Amino acid sequence: MTDSVDARGLSCPQPVILARQKMHWLGRGTFEVKVDTDTARENITRLAQKEGWDVEIKEAGREYVLVLTKG
Amino acid sequence: MDKIKAFFGTRVGIVATGTVIGILAALLQKMGNPGNMGICVACFERDIAGALGLHRAAVVQYIRPEIIGFIFGALIAAYAFKEFRPRAGSAPIVRFFLGFFAMTGALVFLGCPWRALLRLSAGDGNAIAGLIGLTVGIAIGVAFLKNGYNLGRAQKSYVSMGWILPLAMGALLMFLLLAPQMGDNGQSGPIFFSVKGPGALHAPVAVSLLIGLLIGFIAQRTRFCTMGAVRDIILMRDFHLASGVLALAAGAFITNLILGQFHAGFENQPIAHTNQLWNLGGMVLAGLAFALAGGCPGRQLFLAGEGDGDAGVFVLGMIIGAGFAHNFSLASSPKGVGLYGPLAVLIGLAFCFFVGFTMREKI
Repeated sequence: MTDSVDARGLSCPQPVILARQKMHWLGRGTFEVKVDTDTARENITRLAQKEGWDVEIKEAGREYVLVLTKG
Repeated sequence: MDKIKAFFGTRVGIVATGTVIGILAALLQKMGNPGNMGICVACFERDIAGALGLHRAAVVQYIRPEIIGFIFGALIAAYAFKEFRPRAGSAPIVRFFLGFFAMTGALVFLGCPWRALLRLSAGDGNAIAGLIGLTVGIAIGVAFLKNGYNLGRAQKSYVSMGWILPLAMGALLMFLLLAPQMGDNGQSGPIFFSVKGPGALHAPVAVSLLIGLLIGFIAQRTRFCTMGAVRDIILMRDFHLASGVLALAAGAFITNLILGQFHAGFENQPIAHTNQLWNLGGMVLAGLAFALAGGCPGRQLFLAGEGDGDAGVFVLGMIIGAGFAHNFSLASSPKGVGLYGPLAVLIGLAFCFFVGFTMREKI
């Protein structure tokens, strides 16, 4: 099962902090982050790409699932 | 639409936003707003508190259309780009008091982070202590964030909930327009307008409102935030927001030079004092409170406009805080710090540390 971080409902900068921790914890691999604001989606995407992770964004209603992968 | 959306998310987008805010702020001063106060979210909310009679400092009472414009501009942007997301419930009472003490700190310094940058870009050296204090306060906030500080999750809410603060702003706009017909031409209430002092200085209503709408729109799109700029550098060496903030200072600096509004020095700067200890101390408190609440006062307005009820509560905390700041002699004036300003800063810091230490999850 893919690791998952639920950052829905959290205000800035919590979603980014949680995603960043997971990136550093895993080092590489795949995990997903659930967010419900565009700001969180943009911030996590920007940070992840800077740190060398690929980001796939899936829209689920008014929420997003970001799938982060690093080979 | 997608191209526009993408543009606002780029480095160019945030730099353009900062530049536009800087230029428009300097122009607002030229068109009538107070000295080095083309835009100041804290001061303008304080003026609104005064206009509503929440404090009786007669020189700082006016319903500032820029604040109303910020919220509606953000609301329009949020609807246009399908980002209006009504949400609330993340420790609202804590956010109220963070707003309250953020205002206390800002009024000891005499300005929000936006005004600190505008003051610096107009040559006011006293802003340096304020900006250092702001950075220190945010750094303390980051330390709390790294140790698991978190106010909990907000919940989705009704669309009408997201409209409460915008509707209240609509009421303020009506008061602004109708006040001259109420009571003694705004002299004896129920709405008070300053006849002298900074509160009596303002650009034409329509100009202020339109500029407020424009800034609210682009700042909502780009997530412009002065606190976030410093926080992101400390927390993750990310300079995205900081590039916008620097652009604001640069845009204002160049416009001030062109308009003859640049006067370098420490003494006799408009609506400023030279007590550097409390210029710094006030902004340590403000910076920490902004960091714990997740946004500078401008950003809280834009969040409130996109449906964030918790940000709306922070805004109300700031407005009520401004009432207390003047009624309790906490606010500074060009003569110096208020009688109880330093004590209030210490109490505010104690509150923020209480919040920061006790409200955290293990991470």
